[in-house]
Amino acid sequence: MNKTDVLIIGAGPTGLFCAHQLGIIGLSCEIVDNLDKAGGQCIELYPDKPIYDIPAVPECTGEQLTNNLLKQIKPFNIKFHLNERVEELKKNKNRWHVKTSAGIEFDVAAIIIAGGVGSFEPRKFPVKECEKFEGNSIFYSIKDKSIFKDKTISIFGGGDSALDWAIELSNNSKVNLIHRRDGFSGVEASVQKVKELNEQGKLNLYTKFQMDSVLGDKNIEKVKIKHDEGEIKEIKSDYVLGFFGLIMQLGPILDWGLNIDKKTVQVNTENFETNINGIFAIGDICSYPGKLKLILSGFHEGALAARGCFKYAKPDEKLRFEFTTTSKAAQERLGIKK
Amino acid sequence: MAKITYHTHDNKIHTVDVQKGLTVMEGAVQNDIPGIDADCGGGMACATCHVYVKEEWLNKLPTKEDGEEDMLDMAFEPKNNSRLSCQLIVSDELDGLEVNIPSKQG
Repeated sequence: MNKTDVLIIGAGPTGLFCAHQLGIIGLSCEIVDNLDKAGGQCIELYPDKPIYDIPAVPECTGEQLTNNLLKQIKPFNIKFHLNERVEELKKNKNRWHVKTSAGIEFDVAAIIIAGGVGSFEPRKFPVKECEKFEGNSIFYSIKDKSIFKDKTISIFGGGDSALDWAIELSNNSKVNLIHRRDGFSGVEASVQKVKELNEQGKLNLYTKFQMDSVLGDKNIEKVKIKHDEGEIKEIKSDYVLGFFGLIMQLGPILDWGLNIDKKTVQVNTENFETNINGIFAIGDICSYPGKLKLILSGFHEGALAARGCFKYAKPDEKLRFEFTTTSKAAQERLGIKK
Repeated sequence: MAKITYHTHDNKIHTVDVQKGLTVMEGAVQNDIPGIDADCGGGMACATCHVYVKEEWLNKLPTKEDGEEDMLDMAFEPKNNSRLSCQLIVSDELDGLEVNIPSKQG
């Protein structure tokens, strides 16, 4: 059981800065995120795209912003639980008992949901029958590539993941790469490599094709693919891989009894607490009159929510407002030596 | 104002007046038309505002910017008449536009 003052759900910029604000006022926290790294949408959706509206930062990329925030919270030694999704929530007297997808348990005084638009999950094939093969012959990510050795693999997608895996797996497997158009979104060098492999017969490239259906009993045997113009091809496949990026899903948060409207959680604007005492929501996931889905708004919301947590974490103490420029306590927490 | 018609997957037809300058995505969200998630808020970063444009409108729309086709690769069942509705800015030229909203956004 991990005992800490506050559990932050979501390691995007809002969650990271909120951790800083908690640290400054002397509260401990741990952060859970479903992705394998911190940064949220900034890292997953636009690591290389510039952002121009972070106050006092004229221009930075999603990755730079994330790295700077991680540097800013370094003094607090915050524990991250990545690749984890928060599943269960139970009230336990004045505290909350939280359990994640991997069974990690937390005992916390308050919870701050900074979950963006939900947790990132792989996008799946639209074809219904794919569900029954998922995890045995259809995969959306690869954990153990050795199972593909000497097998026939059909890969769908046109981005870097699809191209990289097509190239890599073509060494030891028979690979079909299927994509809905002639253009690819992956890097040019990989596109060229795939075309070369196709010409050399080391890989079969099918463009302007999409999945039509899958055939098989326990495991997949064949995939039917359909051309833009209607032609259908049947290709033998032992495994099917789909790389269509990630989509955001609210997931178990929906079942916690929070007031939810259009995939967002309603909060008050005094401290960003939800309809449930001790549960706060900040960043893109919260809604209130006038809400702007900007990173800078998430920072403001996090600063207030952190202070809102204080009375739950330290009910017998009074929080005094202080500036980091002059507060000895805050500077000590930041590890500043004078 | 321009009239935009959204055909939702439950076979309902919603025709609404959308202010010029807003996007077709915003027109749907502000009028509570179901099926447009717009998770990223209009940043061409998520493909959850995917629509199918009525064929006769395809050539009248502004051409796709870099990146829109890449995002459409991620969309649920993309077709030749697929567009991201956050990239369609409402103007006089789009008065009468009709789009179909897919059964799912992902």
